[in-house]
Amino acid sequence: MTPWLDNLNALATGLFLLTAFGMVAMRQVRGCLNLFILQSVLLAASAVLLGLRYSAGDLYGVAIVGIVSKVILLPWLLRKTAPAEIYTRREVDQVLNIPTALLIALALVILSYFLALPLLNAVAPEFRGPNLPIGIAGLLLGAFTITVRREAVPLLLGLLAMENGAFLAGIALARHLPLLVELAIATDGLIVVFIVGVLTRAIQKQVGTTAVGEMAHLKETPAGGEAPR
Amino acid sequence: MNLCLLLLLPLAATLLVCLPANKYWAPGVTLVSSLMILVGVMRLAWLMAAGQSVMTGWNTGLLHGLTVDGLSVLILLLIAFIATTAAIFSIGYMEHQILTPWKRRLYYANYNLFVFSMLAIPVLVDPTLVWIAVELTTLCSALLVSFENTHEALEAAWKYVVLSLMGAGIALFGFLVLFAAMQTSGRGGAYTWSGLIAAAPAMPPVLLQAAFLLILIGLGTKVGLVPMHTWLPDAHSQAPSPVCALLSGIETTTILYVILRLFPVLHAAPHGHADIWAMVLGLISVGAAAFLLLQVSDYKRLLAFSTVEHMGIILTAVGLGASVAGYGAMQQVVSHAVTKSFCFFAAGAVLLVTGTRQIAAVRGLIGKSPLAGAALIFGGLAITGAPPLAVFLSEFTILKAGLTARHYLATGLLALFIVIAFFGIMLHFNRMVFGAGSDQASPEGAAFPARRGNLPRLPWSCRLALFVAAAPVLVLGVYIPPPLQNLLTQAAAALKG
Repeated sequence: MTPWLDNLNALATGLFLLTAFGMVAMRQVRGCLNLFILQSVLLAASAVLLGLRYSAGDLYGVAIVGIVSKVILLPWLLRKTAPAEIYTRREVDQVLNIPTALLIALALVILSYFLALPLLNAVAPEFRGPNLPIGIAGLLLGAFTITVRREAVPLLLGLLAMENGAFLAGIALARHLPLLVELAIATDGLIVVFIVGVLTRAIQKQVGTTAVGEMAHLKETPAGGEAPR
Repeated sequence: MNLCLLLLLPLAATLLVCLPANKYWAPGVTLVSSLMILVGVMRLAWLMAAGQSVMTGWNTGLLHGLTVDGLSVLILLLIAFIATTAAIFSIGYMEHQILTPWKRRLYYANYNLFVFSMLAIPVLVDPTLVWIAVELTTLCSALLVSFENTHEALEAAWKYVVLSLMGAGIALFGFLVLFAAMQTSGRGGAYTWSGLIAAAPAMPPVLLQAAFLLILIGLGTKVGLVPMHTWLPDAHSQAPSPVCALLSGIETTTILYVILRLFPVLHAAPHGHADIWAMVLGLISVGAAAFLLLQVSDYKRLLAFSTVEHMGIILTAVGLGASVAGYGAMQQVVSHAVTKSFCFFAAGAVLLVTGTRQIAAVRGLIGKSPLAGAALIFGGLAITGAPPLAVFLSEFTILKAGLTARHYLATGLLALFIVIAFFGIMLHFNRMVFGAGSDQASPEGAAFPARRGNLPRLPWSCRLALFVAAAPVLVLGVYIPPPLQNLLTQAAAALKG
């Protein structure tokens, strides 16, 4: 029965990687959100599969907490706090064009395999699997998403995708993380959404845009000069 | 005082300030709760310094309890002191912002939550829970940074949140790798700071190193280490001044404490190379900040860069070797926290008097407001390490330890950068306070909400806060009371492991 579970887990983590790519490239804000939800579902699926494979009950908790917080509560909270029309927005000019961004993303994935190698060699064989390298890739791609996107919501989703990546690697390495910690981290994710949503709303009201990547007032000005207004 | 009570006080204050009442209610509640925390922590520190066993909070299997040692009590003491002085300063300062009752409640509720999240870091012993507390410090202070609601403040808050949370994501991975390293070591203790030290010799070195570097980079972002510092001058200059005192004076130090907790773990491992990383990253931060200081045009940014510099000094000191420079590093933690918070109060006073943040727009301050001018020049001298003030003594201790440990190059560079920073800061402050020139109308005036600028007299609470905050800066330069000395020794010992 175990090869089946391993294969299914490989499938789930592979799809996880694809969603991370999608978030780099997807222009529609709503599409980005849907990809993030899919990614969270895949993370939960991987947790359940690993839980079955190694009969680690704590991982079911990870899956349930993940589904409730990221698939149900998070989109609801985002809709409550962030301005509504943000979903209909479409980013036309990204910092990099999409093919270049995807190529760099590909290079990051290869890099993460090399980064994961020494770690994989250090742990017991049962911890080896696709989760660790793909988790690191998810972390790096999330960070990359933040650098190339300018809209507030994709930036926020990039932050949360970094956390998803850390967790995908974490469930393979640290199977017996206490449930309390899981719950606290999930709550923390929701507070992140709330605070960023409130900030986005304030920025939209005050500055008139949600393309937060374009704000650049705070710089060093030559001594004696006025700050650009 | 029970440690749970310590955490419950700011939470209770958060709820209380939300009650609708007159305008003295929220500042009053905040001040009373900060004072109670300060008294409790001072008693805790007193017991600790006397070598008595300190009671812990409630101990359930889930949380591994709440425990303190010398290092965490030292940090608690600083948090409590600065939270109190900043609460006093807030009374007068915040009334000169446009404060609707709703805004006032928002400010004080966030203030107390922020203090809560900082107090949680030293008393928690489970690293993953500490990570959550670190996240909470970012989230609770984000709305304080954006409080003035200008374009600049919002941009600063956005940068602060995004970069800090990116760092936190990397640090989370680091803590999970650390957990894995602990489980692989086969010494199944609890996942706590002391459990980690016990398990360290059997951990796979690769995992331990990887975890250390991930956490150093991740949390180093929030400490403001170069090259992850880019958000810090923005956030620490745009927030209201009492919040800047908290952010710069103590929040950075509290996060640095989490990194410092890893040093004994790496020292216990056979191949831990923590010191060299700390020294290199620390020196880069000090050096870069010293040169970046020279070209700023906003005096609050100047102080923010000085925070980057001081975080670098502390990290370098730890890197020189916890056994030789640990005491100096702890002394620097204390002197930086008390001095930097004083500097931001002084900057806040200048802002109230002149209504501008531009260095070039402030000239001849001493004639206009002797108290603000004197405070600014005193703060400048204190933070750059002029004798006989607190920072001078601690920097001297560190440099002496560096020479004793025969780290001539690192010590020489450190001394050079400190001197450059001295000239950078004093050049600007000297011109602002004594310089001749027209005190032109502030070019930035519009950025200020009404009722600010050109205050004839500083509010009494601001004066009081300045005097209270100045006391330790003066005293600790010439005399360190024996209990504090004990505490510093214990903290340095905790750093050694």
